[in-house]
Amino acid sequence: MPVITYRQALNDALSEELTRDENVVIMGEEVAEYNGAYKITEGLWKKFGSKRVVDTPISEAGFIGLGVGAAMMGMRPVMELMFWSFAYVAFDQIINNAGCVRYMSGGLINLPLVIRGPANGGTNVGATHSHTPENFLANTPGLKVVCPATPYDAKGLMKTAIRDNDPVCFMENTLLYGDQGEVPEEEYLIPLGVADIKREGADVSLIGHGRAVITALNAAHRLAEEFDISAEVIDLRSIRPLDEETILDSVRKTHRAVLVDENKPFCGVSSQIATLIQEKAFDDLDAPVQRVCSLDAPAIYSPPVEALQLPTVDRIIQKVLAIS
Amino acid sequence: MLRIRRFEQASLKLYQQGKMGGFLHLYIGQESVAVGTCSLLGPNDHAITAYRDHGHALVVGMSMNECMAELLGKATGCSKGKGGSMHFFAPDKNYWGGHGIVAGQTPLGLGIAYALKYKGLKGCCLTYLGDGAVNQGVFHESLNLAALWNIPVVYVIENNQYSMGTSLARSSAIKACLAERAEAYAMDWDIVNGENLYEVRAKTFDAMERAREKCRPSILEIDTYRYYGHSVADANAKVYRKAEEIEFYKQNHDPIMLWEKRLKDEGVADDALIEKIDNEAKAEAAASVAFAEDSPFPELEDIFTDIYHEVDMGTEAGRTGRHFFND
Repeated sequence: MPVITYRQALNDALSEELTRDENVVIMGEEVAEYNGAYKITEGLWKKFGSKRVVDTPISEAGFIGLGVGAAMMGMRPVMELMFWSFAYVAFDQIINNAGCVRYMSGGLINLPLVIRGPANGGTNVGATHSHTPENFLANTPGLKVVCPATPYDAKGLMKTAIRDNDPVCFMENTLLYGDQGEVPEEEYLIPLGVADIKREGADVSLIGHGRAVITALNAAHRLAEEFDISAEVIDLRSIRPLDEETILDSVRKTHRAVLVDENKPFCGVSSQIATLIQEKAFDDLDAPVQRVCSLDAPAIYSPPVEALQLPTVDRIIQKVLAIS
Repeated sequence: MLRIRRFEQASLKLYQQGKMGGFLHLYIGQESVAVGTCSLLGPNDHAITAYRDHGHALVVGMSMNECMAELLGKATGCSKGKGGSMHFFAPDKNYWGGHGIVAGQTPLGLGIAYALKYKGLKGCCLTYLGDGAVNQGVFHESLNLAALWNIPVVYVIENNQYSMGTSLARSSAIKACLAERAEAYAMDWDIVNGENLYEVRAKTFDAMERAREKCRPSILEIDTYRYYGHSVADANAKVYRKAEEIEFYKQNHDPIMLWEKRLKDEGVADDALIEKIDNEAKAEAAASVAFAEDSPFPELEDIFTDIYHEVDMGTEAGRTGRHFFND
């Protein structure tokens, strides 16, 4: 099976869907002639032309709103946010329009829209460029939120997101763009709302999404090598829909859970998972649910300190040892 | 125009009887705008507006029944009681709402028009906004994109002189007119006397043709006036403007009165015909009240439908995972 990067997997998904459906267009800042700020759309403008791959002004509220209007008319726009941090200036369009129009119209209007881009800290760009707003978005019924961790998932989930008839917030991670992984040549789709067991284990469940999954896998490796603890790693893949059953099945098997989340702890995604486990699997727990989140402050610039602000392997191991 | 007025008066009565929740933004006084513009919509033309959306809804062909039922939050409403006064929709009539955030609909109209152009359809999107919306950033982003990309959108500013309780003089730095902002984007613009239905139609037609034939966007500023407060719940309706001002407009500038006079002067209509039309409008409004009152409310479980297409359709995608956390 060919080994490609997370970036290339996304690029392939976009290219294949542009080819498959003429209602798909890509829009965003620098996506066309510049080839994408993070090169996710590299070569697409040259291949598909200015009608299908469109450079926008720096105008997130304007062009995301335009995408919502176009989606109402049956197009399938894929809108790139250079950073999900920039979504905040378009939140009215994302929440009030993309998120609510189907409901307020009594189901008369579908919104097959994808909004994508990187959402992460860890790149030393300061607080305004490091937000991970999946908790805000998942808090809006009507939106779907997808966070792939591997090249294989990135491609399969992106193709599904584009074909989905609801608005999907697709959250990538710049620190994963260069990661490599096996991706089949033949077409495949990954359904939204199905978590993936990235590593089987018996003693503790490490549950996360996005790059936190990679950190959790590294922690699981060390737990096995150094402490003889068998950790199961659950990759949520999408926050909404959320695959509750895979989470609960894993906790029922291991009886311990450590949630790993690059989101902030206060009202974050991990808060929701923790609530779910205590509501539906409390009797199966042998220890309190633990969380390893980003430290609860705006993203610090200082590079060595920001690396510690995000969930680290060491912090995961400490939490696991505390409940083992 | 009479249908809108009688519908609005009937809805006001229901509101005052406490049968309606939330806000009710009446269109009374502004009828000539929706009638003059929406009546020009062709098969490939579309319309979208803000929260004062009842008038446009009736002109594009929505029934009084589905509109009145929506106001009462009934399951027979156009949005099944999920949208309310500010959120009327009829995609089958190319009517895309009904949006509650000031100026939030302005890029949506752009996207609708963009899709028309993309699909090679010769049409345009009338995108309505109030005078308060011109000061929102997203409106200016929309104008920039419309002019930059040659999008067949016509922005119609319904200037009723008050953004909620704040007069134009206190809210807009550009005093002369609002449409002039188009100059900054090299867009065509015009000022329209909303009392003159012929003028409304002629100038709107020109703007729509410019959009349809040349993909050039325009701004039309239509001068109009609303008789009631920003909403019926507007406690300061008679504080921020004098009662005499409202009375002056009612007596001298009522669009229906002026239109009836003109039709009679031209010999097109007489009192008997006007009375007949008015009686039909009153009867239709009364029937819609009865229909709405007799209709059932949605069931509690209806709260969870119409959120996701895939769930409603029972598709494979809708069956995976959990969309709702509270069950």
